[in-house]
Amino acid sequence: MSGGVLVLGEIGDDGLRPSTLELIAAGLELADGGAGRVAVALIGADAPAHVQAVSVAGVEEVILAAPERERFEAHVWEAALGALIEARRPAVVLAGHTADSLGFAPAVAARLRLGFASDVTWVAWEQGGPLARRGAYGERLIAELDFPAKETVLLLLRPGACGARADADAGAGGTGASARISRVELDLDGVARTERIELREAPAGEVDIAKADFLLSIGRGVGGGERIGELERLARLMGATLSGSGPLVEAGLLSRARKVGQSGRTVAPRVYLALGISGAAPHVAGMSKARTIIAVNSDPGARIFDVAHYGAVADLFEVAAELERQLS
Amino acid sequence: MKILVPVKQVASIDGDFTLDGAGELDPRALHWQANEWDAFSLEAALQLAESSSAGEGFEVVVVTVADEHGEEGLRACLAMGADRALRVWDPALAGVDDPLAIAAVLAAVARREDPGLILCGVQSSDSANAATGVALAGLLELPRVAVVTAIEQDGGGLTVQRELDGGAVEVLRLSLPALLTIQTGINEPRRANLRAIKLARSKPSATLALSDLDLDVSDVREVAGARTVRLLERGRGEGASMIEGPAEAIAGRIVELVTRELRA
Ligand SMILES: Cc1cc2nc3c(=O)[nH]c(=O)nc-3n(C[C@H](O)[C@H](O)[C@H](O)COP(=O)(O)OP(=O)(O)OC[C@H]3O[C@@H](n4cnc5c(N)ncnc54)[C@H](O)[C@@H]3O)c2cc1C
Ligand SMILES: Nc1ncnc2c1ncn2[C@@H]1O[C@H](COP(=O)(O)O)[C@@H](O)[C@H]1O
Repeated sequence: MSGGVLVLGEIGDDGLRPSTLELIAAGLELADGGAGRVAVALIGADAPAHVQAVSVAGVEEVILAAPERERFEAHVWEAALGALIEARRPAVVLAGHTADSLGFAPAVAARLRLGFASDVTWVAWEQGGPLARRGAYGERLIAELDFPAKETVLLLLRPGACGARADADAGAGGTGASARISRVELDLDGVARTERIELREAPAGEVDIAKADFLLSIGRGVGGGERIGELERLARLMGATLSGSGPLVEAGLLSRARKVGQSGRTVAPRVYLALGISGAAPHVAGMSKARTIIAVNSDPGARIFDVAHYGAVADLFEVAAELERQLS
Repeated sequence: MKILVPVKQVASIDGDFTLDGAGELDPRALHWQANEWDAFSLEAALQLAESSSAGEGFEVVVVTVADEHGEEGLRACLAMGADRALRVWDPALAGVDDPLAIAAVLAAVARREDPGLILCGVQSSDSANAATGVALAGLLELPRVAVVTAIEQDGGGLTVQRELDGGAVEVLRLSLPALLTIQTGINEPRRANLRAIKLARSKPSATLALSDLDLDVSDVREVAGARTVRLLERGRGEGASMIEGPAEAIAGRIVELVTRELRA
C-alpha cells in the first residue's frame, strides 16, 4: 500500500474498544486531507468477528493478522505491528493512547526509527505530512509537532480527543459494504515474552458510582486526608455519592470502587462537582461526559476548567464549609 | 544484580508566562522538580534490593539525561538510597525532550551498565509521553511490562501486575533481564532523613558526555520521533463559566445549579 493511513484496531478482553471507531474517523479525516487510503488492521484470533464493525464507509481494506493469538500480549503485538508497517509502509499509523498500546507501540517506533508522538489530541494532514498536537508542561501549553524525513509516523491518539466524525459516521458500526479483507501471514512463534497468569476484573466494591446522579468528587487538593470526614459529611448532606481521583485511592483515602478515570470507572452523572481535582487527561477520560460539571480549584490555570461548565477559583474547604452552612 | 532506574527532572510552569511570536517559551518561566512517577520506581528498586535474601548483592543505579537541573534530582535519589548516580549531558541535547531520543541515550547507558532490571516511571508529569521506558525496552530487545502496580520476585524472574484501562488487573510472569514501567501507588516512597542526605554526598556520581557512550549528537537527533514546530496557548474557547465572589456566593450558586440540574 505504501503511503496511506493504517489504523490499528484495539480488541480487549471485552471486545472491540470504542476508541477504534475514533481512530478510523481520524484516519478518514487525514485521508480527506490527502493522506491516501485508509486500512484497518486487526490483530488476534478475535479479529474476524470485528471486521463488520470496522468496515466503515471510506475504509478500503481490513487486514487480519496473528490468528493464533487468543489475546493481547505486548511482544506479539509489537512484532505484528512492526511486520505490518514493514510490509505496507503506511505514511501514518494511528493507534490509541491506551494501557495496551503503551506496552508495545513505543518499542515499534524506536526499533523502526519511525516518526512518533503519544497522547496526541489533534492531527491533520498538511503539506504532504502529518501535523500533530499534544500537551506540554503538564498541558499548560500545547506543542505542535511535525515529522521531517520520516517515511512512517506512528501516532497514539488520546481516546475522546480526535476523530470528531466518530459518532456521525462510525458510531452505528460499519456496513461491511466496500472494504476488502486481506490476511497477513506473520511468523510470531516464540515471540511472546510474558505469560498471563490471571486476569482480575475490577472489583465490584461497595458502591456503583456509575449509577449515581450526583457525584461529589474529590482530588489531591483535599490534602493528606485529615479533613476527608468534612467532605464525606458534605456529600451526605447534599445527597451526593463520594468519588475521587486516582491519587486518593492510591493513598488509601477512597476505595477503588470510587475511582473515576481511565483506570477507574467512567461516569456520566447529571452533576459532577469536582473539588481540588486538576483535570489530568486520565481523570477527564472518565468524567467528561457528565451533563453538568462544576469545578472548584484554587489554581486559575487548572485544566479542569477546560472541561467544566461552571468553575470557581477558591479554596475547596472554604466552599465546602459554606455549602454545609447553607444546607444545614 | 544491578537495577537501573532512569529518572527525570520535570519542568512546570507555575506562574505567569508568555510565548514569543515564534511560539517559544522563556526558560525562566520553568520550575524544576523530580518526576512524581520516578519516586515510585526508585522505591520499588530499593525494596527489591532490600528483600533479596543475603548472598546476591544488589546495586541500584539512577541515571538521568539532563543538564545541571538534573543534579538536584539525582542527589535526592542518592539520599533516598540509590547507590550510584549517572548524568548524561551534551550541550547539543539542549531542548531535546523526545522519548525516542532519550531512549536512545538510555540504551547506550544500559549497554554499558548491563543491568538485570530497568525500572522507569510510567510517564513524566511534564510531557506525559508514557513512552520512554517501552521505547528503551524495544531498543534493548528486553521483555517488558508497562503500567506495573505490583512486583514480586519469582525464582529467576518476576511476577508483576499490570493495570488495564477500566480498572482490571493482569498478572504476568516474565524472565530477567527485563524492563518495567512503574505506576504511582505501587508503594510508599520513603523520605530521606538528614543522615541519609549527608551520606549521599559521598556516594559515587558521574557525568558522561555522549562521546563517552560512543554516541553522536546527530544519531540522537535522527532517532527523535518528532520536532516541535511551536508552542501554543491552550484553547479556552469553551471554558467554564466562572462563578466570582467570596465562598458564600460560590456555595450559593453551586446549591442553585445542583438543585436545578437534579430536578431537570
Ligand atoms: C496509565 C495511567 C492511568 C491513570 N488513571 C487515572 C484514573 O483512572 N483516575 C485518575 O484520577 N487519575 C489517573 N491517573 C493519574 C493522573 O495522571 C493524575 O495524576 C491524577 O488524576 C491527578 O489527581 P488530582 O487531580 O487529584 O491531583 P493533582 O493533579 O495533584 O491536583 C490537585 C489539584 O488540587 C488543587 N488544590 C490544591 N489545594 C486546593 C484547595 N485548598 N482548594 C482547591 N483546590 C486545591 C490544585 O490546584 C490542583 O489542581 C492515571 C495515570 C496514568 C499514567
Ligand atoms: N531525560 C530523562 N532521563 C532519564 N530518564 C527519563 C528521561 N525522560 C524520561 N525518562 C524515563 O522515562 C519515564 C517516562 O517518561 P516519558 O516517556 O517522558 O513520559 C520517566 O519516568 C523516566 O523513568
